[in-house]
Amino acid sequence: MFENTRLAFQGVWNHKLRSFLTMLGIIIGIASIITIVSTIKGTNEQIKQNLIGSGTNAVIVSVYQDEYEYGMDYSPNPDGVAVISEETRHELEEIPNVEAASLFRKRSYANGIYYKNTGFNGSISGIDAHYFNVCGYDLCYGRGFADTDYKNCRKVVILDTKAVTTLFGHEDPIGSTIEIMTEPFTVVGVVEKSNTFKPVIETINDYYMYADTSSGSMFIPDSAWPIVYRFDEPQSAAVKASGTDAMTNAGKAAADLLTEKQILVSGSQFSYRSEDLLKQAQQLQAMSTQTNRQLVWIASISLLVGGIGVMNIMLVSVAERTSEIGLKKAIGAKKRRILRQFLTEAAVLTTLGGIIGIAAGIGLAKLLSSVMQTPTAISVPAIIISALFSAVIGIVFGLLPAMKAAKMSPIDALRRE
Amino acid sequence: MILSMQDICKTYIQGKVEVPVLRDVSFSVELGEYLAIMGPSGSGKTTLMNITGCLDRPTSGTYLLDGRDILGCRDDELAEIRNKYIGFVFQSFYLLPKMSALENVALPLLYAGMSKKDRLERAREALCTVGLEDRIDFRPNQLSGGQCQRVAIARAIAGHPSLLLADEPTGALDTASGEQVMEIFGRLHSEGSTIIMITHEQSIADCAEKIYRIRDGVLDTGKAGGTND
Ligand SMILES: Nc1ncnc2c1ncn2[C@@H]1O[C@H](COP(=O)(O)OP(=O)(O)OP(=O)(O)O)[C@@H](O)[C@H]1O
Ligand SMILES: [Mg+2]
Repeated sequence: MFENTRLAFQGVWNHKLRSFLTMLGIIIGIASIITIVSTIKGTNEQIKQNLIGSGTNAVIVSVYQDEYEYGMDYSPNPDGVAVISEETRHELEEIPNVEAASLFRKRSYANGIYYKNTGFNGSISGIDAHYFNVCGYDLCYGRGFADTDYKNCRKVVILDTKAVTTLFGHEDPIGSTIEIMTEPFTVVGVVEKSNTFKPVIETINDYYMYADTSSGSMFIPDSAWPIVYRFDEPQSAAVKASGTDAMTNAGKAAADLLTEKQILVSGSQFSYRSEDLLKQAQQLQAMSTQTNRQLVWIASISLLVGGIGVMNIMLVSVAERTSEIGLKKAIGAKKRRILRQFLTEAAVLTTLGGIIGIAAGIGLAKLLSSVMQTPTAISVPAIIISALFSAVIGIVFGLLPAMKAAKMSPIDALRRE
Repeated sequence: MILSMQDICKTYIQGKVEVPVLRDVSFSVELGEYLAIMGPSGSGKTTLMNITGCLDRPTSGTYLLDGRDILGCRDDELAEIRNKYIGFVFQSFYLLPKMSALENVALPLLYAGMSKKDRLERAREALCTVGLEDRIDFRPNQLSGGQCQRVAIARAIAGHPSLLLADEPTGALDTASGEQVMEIFGRLHSEGSTIIMITHEQSIADCAEKIYRIRDGVLDTGKAGGTND
């Protein structure tokens, strides 16, 4: 066996160019599979980090109509859903594993917001004094909202860095006036998500927004919300869980509490629900995995073609070595031995191709992630499976030529010289 | 008696025509015999040799080798018999070009399942017997024709076979090399080897104890009252 392998390597080495060309199909196939799988894994990891690993462990609880989140952007206030009181907010904070709670109102796709002539189509939220803490924002410069801002319903606005870039470029935004639904608001501060993973992904909508072009977020005091939007609009709540694993339960408990307290009509189609980010992350991952899995199938075709190439070259090799086979059989080699010799040769050829393919795939994935800015993560199981699979290809496609060699009659083989 | 053939026929079918190559060949060989088979080209010598060496199967007849019925054996059993009982010396050597002389000689021992150490020792011994102890690591393309044939003989005798078969072992060699080979055969014979040698040269055949002649597939063993020299 060891001897066979050594001889097989020697054979590959003796026909360097031919072996390389034969391996090319396998190399390309394995390389593309490794690249694709790495991309899948990288994307999935990024989705997970963006959605739940962002470090704030904030869960958003909002109003749902039946199974879907109730969009306040285009619909009137939901019937029989009361505005959440400060008292209830305190109760939310009493829930085990909830560290802090905040109430806010939000338009995910704002309209009617302008700075000079530039429109803004990011999100705008009317927030209470706890929001930045719960959702993990740090003040970059300027100031946050003061008590007097809330008390006097001052028309002040805080931007996140992205919104600053969209509207102001490199200008200093502090003190400028932004027009929100025809009302002038003064920019007082700039905030930034405090964790390492940017951007802020708190909801699935945020993720999609980020996925295309997000132009950032703006925040105004919740007391100023009715000036530009509606009165008595029920809020969403953000609760900060003590840890990532506690998020799901904390969110559920908060949603149950709010549904019980705020939904006044029994049997209403409205309810409070928490976004299960873990589940959403998994769904998103499943989606990207599925599309990429189809790519894996396409790459497998290249493996098939590669395998046929190996079969072809092995047939040539068997024909070339007819007299060698004849002699070996004449001096006592059994069928099994000849079979094994050629199978080993095919397997060495494809495994070598597989290893080169893995190296090329890793290189390609790295290159792709640096050029296209897409995340990739090398998958160790994929590498091991690829290496084994390429050996299997050799054995499968080497079988026919090897059997042909093993079945040769010794005199026919010797005479054909 | 090491080998006995009865009414061996070999017929090739060429298109629709049957070509008889061996007709009712019967002969036997005793242990330690040195036999030469002579005949003109195309008379069926190589065919007979292949059947004797279990490389080929006759169309009909019976063949006992060491008391064993050869015709009833499967391919892999024949391979084992060739490996254990028979040493071949072919007209055109058939050495593997990528292996050294030593590796070539050791190859059949590998198939016999011998350990590497034993294989190399035996192979070296066989190469000494044919006088090539100083060419052990040479490859066939670094050896002369006569030396190649001696390597082939070493390979044939390395496994201590009961029967040594040689198909025109001197056919590709000049007179001097041929004589060297014959001298090796003579020595092996005197040490007790059973040898069947095919040739069309009278001078070579004369080295053997006994000469059979074959013509158009009919073997004349001198017993049927035919002419004998
Ligand atoms: N595979 C085959 N198919 C058909 N005919 C064959 C085959 N092998 C051999 N023959 C025929 O058998 C006859 C004997 O061939 P063989 O090789 O035994 O001759 P030979 O006595 O060894 O001759 P030479 O001295 O030239 O080697 C030839 O006429 C040849 O054409
Ligand atoms: Mg011949």
